[in-house]
Amino acid sequence: MAWETVIGLEVHVQLSTKSKLFSGSSTQFGAEPNTQASIYDLALPGTLPVLNGEALRMAVKFGLAIGAEIGKKSVFDRKNYFYPDLPKGYQTSQLNHPTVGKGSLTVTLDDGTTKTIGITRAHMEEDAGKSLHEQFPHDTGIDLNRAGTPLLEIVSEPEIRSAKEAVAYLKKLHSLILYLGISDGDMSQGSMRCDANVSVRKVGETRFGTRAEIKNINSFRFVEKAILVEAQRQIDLIEDGGKVVQETRLYDADKNETRSMRSKEVANDYRYFPEPDLLPVVIDDAFIEAVRATLPELPDVKAARFQQQYGLSEYDANVLAAHRDTADFYETVANDCSDAKLAANWVMVDLQAVLNKSELDIAQSPVSAAALAGLIKRIKDSTISSKIAKTVFEAMVNSEGSADQIIDSKGLKQVSDSGAIEKMIDAIIAANPKQVEQYRSGQEKVFTFFVGQVMKESKGKANPAQVNEILQRKLKV
Amino acid sequence: MADMLQQGIAELAKSLARKDFSSAEVTRAYLDRIHAHNGDLNAYVTVTGDLALAQAQAADRARAAGTACTWAGIPFAHKDIFCTTGVRTACGSRMLDNFIAPYDATVVAKMNAAGMVMLGKTNMDEFAMGSSNETSWYGPVKNPWNRQLVPGGSSGGSAAAVAAHLCPAATATDTGGSIRQPASFCGLTGIKPTYGRVSRWGMIAFASSLDQAGVLTRSAEDAAILMQMMSGFDPKDSTSVDLPVPDYLASLEQPLKGLRIGLPKQHFAQGLNPQVEKLIRNALAEFEKLGATLKEVSLDNSHLSVSAYYVIAPAEASANLSRYDGVRYGYRCDKPADLEDLYKRSRAEGFGAEVKRRIMVGTYALSAGFYDAYYIKAQKIRRLIKDDFDRAFNDVDVIMGPTSPHTAFALGSKNKDQDPVAMYLEDIYTIAVNLAGLPGLSIPAGLVNGLPVGLQIVGRDWSEGQLLNIAHKFQQATDWHTRTPGVGPGVSGEK
Amino acid sequence: MTLALKDIDNIAHLARLQLGDAEKQEALNSITSILRMIDQMQALNTTGVEPLSHGFDAAQRLRDDVVTETDRRDTLLKLAPNAADGLFLVPKVLE
Repeated sequence: MAWETVIGLEVHVQLSTKSKLFSGSSTQFGAEPNTQASIYDLALPGTLPVLNGEALRMAVKFGLAIGAEIGKKSVFDRKNYFYPDLPKGYQTSQLNHPTVGKGSLTVTLDDGTTKTIGITRAHMEEDAGKSLHEQFPHDTGIDLNRAGTPLLEIVSEPEIRSAKEAVAYLKKLHSLILYLGISDGDMSQGSMRCDANVSVRKVGETRFGTRAEIKNINSFRFVEKAILVEAQRQIDLIEDGGKVVQETRLYDADKNETRSMRSKEVANDYRYFPEPDLLPVVIDDAFIEAVRATLPELPDVKAARFQQQYGLSEYDANVLAAHRDTADFYETVANDCSDAKLAANWVMVDLQAVLNKSELDIAQSPVSAAALAGLIKRIKDSTISSKIAKTVFEAMVNSEGSADQIIDSKGLKQVSDSGAIEKMIDAIIAANPKQVEQYRSGQEKVFTFFVGQVMKESKGKANPAQVNEILQRKLKV
Repeated sequence: MADMLQQGIAELAKSLARKDFSSAEVTRAYLDRIHAHNGDLNAYVTVTGDLALAQAQAADRARAAGTACTWAGIPFAHKDIFCTTGVRTACGSRMLDNFIAPYDATVVAKMNAAGMVMLGKTNMDEFAMGSSNETSWYGPVKNPWNRQLVPGGSSGGSAAAVAAHLCPAATATDTGGSIRQPASFCGLTGIKPTYGRVSRWGMIAFASSLDQAGVLTRSAEDAAILMQMMSGFDPKDSTSVDLPVPDYLASLEQPLKGLRIGLPKQHFAQGLNPQVEKLIRNALAEFEKLGATLKEVSLDNSHLSVSAYYVIAPAEASANLSRYDGVRYGYRCDKPADLEDLYKRSRAEGFGAEVKRRIMVGTYALSAGFYDAYYIKAQKIRRLIKDDFDRAFNDVDVIMGPTSPHTAFALGSKNKDQDPVAMYLEDIYTIAVNLAGLPGLSIPAGLVNGLPVGLQIVGRDWSEGQLLNIAHKFQQATDWHTRTPGVGPGVSGEK
Repeated sequence: MTLALKDIDNIAHLARLQLGDAEKQEALNSITSILRMIDQMQALNTTGVEPLSHGFDAAQRLRDDVVTETDRRDTLLKLAPNAADGLFLVPKVLE
């Protein structure tokens, strides 16, 4: 029996506006509890909502980036339910007339193939506050700082067919929202949250199976694991003769299993109706075009341009284009040092390793784009070898100065004086007759011994190309 | 001294300017009178004596220095639905009995800015739900014309206070008739403006798409003064309309020649007390003398207005009142066992029966399976009702008729628990006006068995100025509006 | 549509109102009577009529994205029936 997993993802993205969706409270992360909760956020009697124009622009920006229909007349609705982190007793959201309609996202899978996944809609809604259960023995503490922060809920079509596809979709979405500058997309901080709707069906079956919703998975890795484990649970259940129940489940990362959320099993009747304290949000073509003008070059387009303009491979171009900051950094380096390939290697490999180790974003790079370009220029003009460059780079990371300053202070200039190298090599050949004999009798690997000796003698500064050429000449029988 | 308490807003402004007496003096006189008679009428829930005197003294100082604005130092009252910083704002409910508002409603801020003196907060039906002021946690309000009778609701406290000269005027709100009907029962001039004219910021919400703030006064001129003060765009209220406020006082004296008055045949049909009808027709005759013409119009769907209203208003209210949950402010039940218990008991104990009833009707109307049949249906009927008015206004300039089918009824006479609908039908002539968002006012048109009868005047959107003008000209030609139940208790009909 | 006590139970739960048996019966009676009045609406054919949500036709105004609110925690927390350490407290919720 071959099974197929059907997945739809609902991603909540916290929009990075300065103030909340309907009130002028700050949205800054990490403030003391309830210091960013105004009388509106606390749902005091008599308070009323007014829509944040920037949140609307961000939503429209997203819509344009996924090629979606933009709702020219969108409506906010009240979603009614009781929970302590929901001060009004209803969430102001959008039901039938969302700001963003149908669009799509094209993702590249591990095997290099691409798949276009439909996005059903994206709408704006208010975030809820936070419930803190650990602080008091008999009580739950409520912090409403987060209540009212603007969220964009992005709903995919149930067109995802594997956990890996799901992760690819999420990563692409994440990259896009960072590109657009509408959110910092930090899953660990909750500014991007993912719920997965998972169901299974026999291959060839066209009807959908009953789905379970796995809520609030907070990392890409956990999304993949949760989907796999849930799909298997459902398959096992059905094969044992059972039926999948439509319910909400939580993913337990420690046990790597999903668990039913009992309290949410009772079907909630949200009694949606249009928000009477707000009017329909009407936007015209001029508004949409003004937002379109703020769209950056999107990752797919940039990657294609990188391949064309810089001659990069598809893989390299995609990696560099995936994050806007990285792409901008790269282009600065490439244009400055005029070597696109070297720039790509240094950014993708050497710099990235440093950033990963210190858990830094490229925006916090200890080596600026100009400084890195400076280093690469010294490789290109043979002042130093690639190998020595790595030493210089390490020193630059430790804030010891610019490439030139370090090369100078440490005396790392490459020795390209062929006369000096020849002298060095003659001495080494004379001192190692055994190895010379071994090499000349056919043991080619011994060549590296000689290279090593030259490097040691020259403290790494001998120009490697010259060393190779002269050694080969001198060792020839 | 007693004369002071007879003067309306316009007169008080002149008296204060002439220094006939000081603001402190008139404020003290009102406070003494409230102290003497409020226990009897129950019009005020909170009296802010110290605050009022401080405001009055500040106004007197400003006047002495020549920096006072025209209306500074004039006492008045706020319906206890407007948030007033540092002062209890209870909305007639146990749920907010301990709620000291930490901010001012826009209406309150505007009146403070004008230097008006707040005497206190008036009683009202709980969360503005009622037509008799019998649902208040603070007990029913008595009609000063006859203490066995209701003053009307939900702004019963404001109406009783103004009618009994416990203040010269009071703010109020109207969702289905809650200013106009009490105006009718208490012999006052009450106006509900076009929806969006006055800010709802800080005005505790009952039904968001219907609520509007207005005033209860003893003359159209006073109403014009206060409407001028209260009206205007407020960026904090998304439903507030950005249109300039015309000068209501400037247009008061316009002659009424050529005014076309429409009379909805549905408002002169079965159910209207014949004595009330007679007075209304007399009033209409007065208008003819002033140069107006009368014409019958038809508001075809008015018979469905109460039905539509009692879906829309409770639906919106059911959500607006969800915030009252015992968590962040307001009433909380004793020793809640768990979260569900906290919610269910706080709300069951904090809300009165009528409020709970409407919350449940609203919840039902919005619930799965009923939304289309009830809520959407009601919004469609709302459209038809507005279209009826629009059509009528093609032929006439204003629409007139009785505000209420009868005069004030007896306290306790409508057993709401057994038959709430009987109470709902009290607003049969007023409700459609809120559904259509139009401005409406009620002015005294006579007495039946010593009890006031109100004439309702409804205009097109943004025609408050015209309505006040029409009312003013009527009040120049008649004197019904000068009749009040007197400055002593238990004596009615005294001038 | 005839309402039964179990409907009242459901509605009361959705609205988080605790009702005693007498209150439930009373609610059933009064709400049934209200629904009877409301049902008069059904007699009118409203096909093709657009619902009206407000008295006027206008579009939502947009607010500038600026922080206008300050920290008022101390004042606002004082309004709460139960608060500590800057938090509003409710009986512990199990998720």
